[in-house]
Amino acid sequence: MLARPGRYEKLMSIDAKKQIIDVGDGAAIPRKSDRGLFTAWRIAFFGAIGTLIYLVQTKPDPYLNILKFVPDGILVTFQVTLGAILLAIVFGLFTGLGRISKNRFFNGAASLYVEIIRGIPLLVQIFYIYYALGRFVQVPPILSAIIAMAVCYGAYMGEVVRAGIESIHKGQREAALSLGMNGRQTMIHVILPQAVKVILPPVGNEFIALLKDSSLVSIIAVADLLRRGREFASESFTYFETYTVIALIYLIITLFLSKIIGVMEERVSVNK
Amino acid sequence: MSTSKRRKMVEATEIVKIYGSFRALDRVSLDIFDGEKVVIIGPSGSGKSTLLRSINRLEEIDRGKMIVDGMDIMDPKTDITKVREEVGMVFQSFNLFPHKTVLENLTLAQTVVRKRSKFESEEKAMMLLEKVGLVAKAKAYPGNLSGGQQQRVAIARSLAMDPKMLLFDEPTSALDPEMIGEVLDVMKDLAKDGMTMAVVTHEMGFAREVADRVIFMDAGRIVEEGTPEHFFTAPSHERAKLFLSQIL
Repeated sequence: MLARPGRYEKLMSIDAKKQIIDVGDGAAIPRKSDRGLFTAWRIAFFGAIGTLIYLVQTKPDPYLNILKFVPDGILVTFQVTLGAILLAIVFGLFTGLGRISKNRFFNGAASLYVEIIRGIPLLVQIFYIYYALGRFVQVPPILSAIIAMAVCYGAYMGEVVRAGIESIHKGQREAALSLGMNGRQTMIHVILPQAVKVILPPVGNEFIALLKDSSLVSIIAVADLLRRGREFASESFTYFETYTVIALIYLIITLFLSKIIGVMEERVSVNK
Repeated sequence: MSTSKRRKMVEATEIVKIYGSFRALDRVSLDIFDGEKVVIIGPSGSGKSTLLRSINRLEEIDRGKMIVDGMDIMDPKTDITKVREEVGMVFQSFNLFPHKTVLENLTLAQTVVRKRSKFESEEKAMMLLEKVGLVAKAKAYPGNLSGGQQQRVAIARSLAMDPKMLLFDEPTSALDPEMIGEVLDVMKDLAKDGMTMAVVTHEMGFAREVADRVIFMDAGRIVEEGTPEHFFTAPSHERAKLFLSQIL
């Protein structure tokens, strides 16, 4: 999961007509057209919730105690994920624009960024940014975690943005230019508003992937969901029980989010 | 002809455009005068669209000189957007902005490029929609219009910029037959109003009725040039005769 070979290539398989960008990572998005996946989603989602309720009911010690201990961590996980995705979108926008730019400097800088980030495991990046930043400025671990995740995901987001922009028919650009609009006006008023619709579902996918990868930040003293679990487990020596709960919570969250994205996707395709 | 006294809107000299090893335009020279209606015809791949698109630099030419509205468009010092403000273009595939309403399609460039107020640009837009008979569709999105309606909106969108000249790149080729007439009618009205027009089309009836001059292209060159009467009744070039016999 760290280096994600092949993920980038999958991102590129974009169908200009249907305007869907396939993403290899993240949770599978349950679409109504995919019956098997739809059923699997239901079984997994309600199964996970059922299991959690069952465990808490039958064995309140330790399961209820674990469940009471980790909500702080869920909050931190969401903070890191949300902060990182917003920053990553900003990085991604500039990277994507740089990658399609005819300016050799911007294009080169954006491409270099993508190449370097793709080649370094996320866990290493998190360590690196945490300790590199620590050399010069004192930043709270959570902020350095957000920056590290955003730097990494910004590179992938850049490819999403680029693919989204390139999926817009070239006639749109020509029409805008022929009306006397310059490149920047064309991008802002004509291309990007249309690209957003194409980009939205894969950004949702990135969000889920990022939420899962955010568990890596537990290594640098950020009290996220996984770290709260580790804290509880190391005190009570209930490793199996604790990590069962942690896994179920991650599963419920990602399945829930993937459902929301599925609905969002349908909305977008209806509105077209 | 009296045209020689008029101002030249387009002055193309020895234009060459090469794709790889294919010469799309091979030393083409063409002047278009103020108020003139030039219809460019020819078989597909003859370079007619490329010639049209090189007038507003959607295609960059490789050699030759292209002066449009007094501006040398290949000169790096020329601001090409200034040229494009004055030269509108209508595309085969309409290219309306699908995320904007018909009204917004007409007001966008007016506000962004011409810096007109919202009120002024909307007033202008409604006037033009009236002209093309689509006032009722002002709030509709392009996706809900027929092809003919979309193309009429596209023409109105170009006109909203008050261009000195309009380029038409096969404006009726993507339309169902029953919708071709409504678009051609709008174009004929424009011609009557004195608009300078360069039209690439396969509509020979339109060429005959509207054109001041017909240009026939083949293999990247202008092969024959003259009045519609001359061209349709007594073309001198073999290629032109063959083309006419196939198309008429």
